[in-house]
Amino acid sequence: MKVVLQNLTKVFPSRDKKSGKEVVAVNDFTFEIPDGKLIGLLGPSGCGKSTTLYMISGLQKPTGGKIFFGEDDVTELTTENRGIGLVFQNYALYPHMTVKQNILFPLQNLKGEDKMSKADMLERAHWAAKLVQIDDLMDRKPSEMSGGQQQRVAIARALVKMPRVLLLDEPLSNLDARLRLQTREEIRRIQRETGITTIFVTHDQEEAMSISDMIVVMKLGVVQQTGKPQEVYDNPTNLFVAKFLGTPPINVFAGSVKGGKLYLGEDAVLDVPGVADQEVHVGIRPEGFELDPKGPMTCNLNSIEVMGRDSSIVSTHAASQNPVVRSIIDADNKVEEGAETVRFSLKPHKVFLFHKETEERIYFEVK
Amino acid sequence: MVDSKQQWKAWLYLSPAIVLLLVFTAWPIINTLRMAFLENYSGLQEIGGATFNFGIGNFLTVIKYKKFLQCLSNTIFLCITTVPISTMLALLIAVALNSIKPLQKLLQTIFFLPYVTNSIAIGMVFAAMFNIIGLRPGNAYADTWGIINNVIQFFGGEPINWINAGSDYMPNMIVMIIYIVWNALPFKILVLLGGLQSINKQYYDAAKVDSTSRTRVFGRITVPLLSPMLAYVIITGFIGGFKEYSSIIGIFGENMGPAHDTGRLNTMVGFVYDALERDFQGRASAAALILFGIILLVTLFNNHVIKRFTHY
Repeated sequence: MKVVLQNLTKVFPSRDKKSGKEVVAVNDFTFEIPDGKLIGLLGPSGCGKSTTLYMISGLQKPTGGKIFFGEDDVTELTTENRGIGLVFQNYALYPHMTVKQNILFPLQNLKGEDKMSKADMLERAHWAAKLVQIDDLMDRKPSEMSGGQQQRVAIARALVKMPRVLLLDEPLSNLDARLRLQTREEIRRIQRETGITTIFVTHDQEEAMSISDMIVVMKLGVVQQTGKPQEVYDNPTNLFVAKFLGTPPINVFAGSVKGGKLYLGEDAVLDVPGVADQEVHVGIRPEGFELDPKGPMTCNLNSIEVMGRDSSIVSTHAASQNPVVRSIIDADNKVEEGAETVRFSLKPHKVFLFHKETEERIYFEVK
Repeated sequence: MVDSKQQWKAWLYLSPAIVLLLVFTAWPIINTLRMAFLENYSGLQEIGGATFNFGIGNFLTVIKYKKFLQCLSNTIFLCITTVPISTMLALLIAVALNSIKPLQKLLQTIFFLPYVTNSIAIGMVFAAMFNIIGLRPGNAYADTWGIINNVIQFFGGEPINWINAGSDYMPNMIVMIIYIVWNALPFKILVLLGGLQSINKQYYDAAKVDSTSRTRVFGRITVPLLSPMLAYVIITGFIGGFKEYSSIIGIFGENMGPAHDTGRLNTMVGFVYDALERDFQGRASAAALILFGIILLVTLFNNHVIKRFTHY
């Protein structure tokens, strides 16, 4: 089932009646989610990603715009009639019911043609429990289970009635780091196995990048960029997206363009053909640096962190907007011991220029 | 642990409470036990120098007393009718109150009013409402009925003698049940509403996502999640019900029944008071202990049953 969002807008009335300032949580969101894909809604707190999810679920009514499931306009449909599955951030498992009762609950609500026999329901519940690997915990109460197990039950409950769309609100935020890694793979696997169009919300870019077919990056209610994770990472449309994606984060410098050359401080570090002379923000991915004794960019060396496969060189540069410049290079490349400076050349496709005021991307030809 | 040198200070601070508890709680309990087991004990006679034999004679007298059995059956009847009715009504009202936004605070206040109103005064108002004779303004003669009978007549019914001389037992009891239920509602609504408002709203969102019908949400989610509060309300309701007394006074006065059959509606607590008034402290103590035993048994039974339906 593809999901289409058309000019979706949500405005919350102001709490403070005097100022009368409204809060625009989601502003004119238009996007088509292809059938059977896993989509990550990504952004910092307060960017409107959860509001978007809850509007798709029907628990919140949009102020404007439309939502389609396939060809059906579901904008006016109540949650009960949308046929969605939703996994809440804190799971919202019914605490007085066992795992089995929790998973059976949505099936027992089916009416009319969809009504199932008891045996069918049990079979389906077992299928869902098996899918999330909790079929041996069926008689436990939620309070007797770990966070990760509860989260699986919540997914099973959402999946058991074969929803048209599966929605997950920060599905991994309550899990510890190790479980998070494992569970995100699980979610990917379950989504692939069932083929249900799945939308999940997260503020963790790594999480979104690692399992999504497509990501939507949002900021203050406005969609910044959509696309495949790698494409968005390689080709950010503005400084916000560039900064938001990637660990370690992108290095940002204050630079200027003069006569087709990019200057960081006094050094001309890169040819940027076709860019008019101006002040710019320069974003350089950590992997965009190459050790080069004759390189154009000189940094003061702070420390070298060896991480096995790679080493991370921590240095400072006068033009840097971050406290330190972090570059990742192959561990085979050695830096001279006791050196005070380190010289780099830059990989042009890892360097992004952004307009000084608008912070929009300025493109240049990469040779 | 408090330093032993400082302990006398702790005892000093505790002493007012301890003294009051000893004088007004511990000693009366001990004294009740003593009086109950001294046959035909009477405080006045003891002052006069009489001695009493130790034994269970008081209990036997009380149990054999026909009036006692009537008091017991009145009490039990009122208990098993009013507690379920008032609990159900309170649950429905609390759920309804919880689901409306406008006027919620106002309605909450209105429902709470009986709690802060004097129950004797309420009883007198009820007595006037159910009266078979009433005064029309500007007319010196008692030629009409209380408002309830007026309503019955308006719809073409025959006026009923609810509480006046010559009335039957059932109409008396119906009035009592209505009055007790009405009086018990505010506290129960308050407790249940508090319980409802502490239920995480996400369970209801989850139920919506699961396409749950309203009745199923009520039966499978609201009631189970409210069960600790319901248990509390039911158990305290029974305990209060067994101590029913002032409500009868409120409507029927100290006669504890209509004029032609005084004492007909008396309750256990009423029986105790009657015995005290006539200086039969032994009998009163025995009846009080029997009442205590009954309440204890009923509460244990309630606890046992409720435990199986309660989710904490």
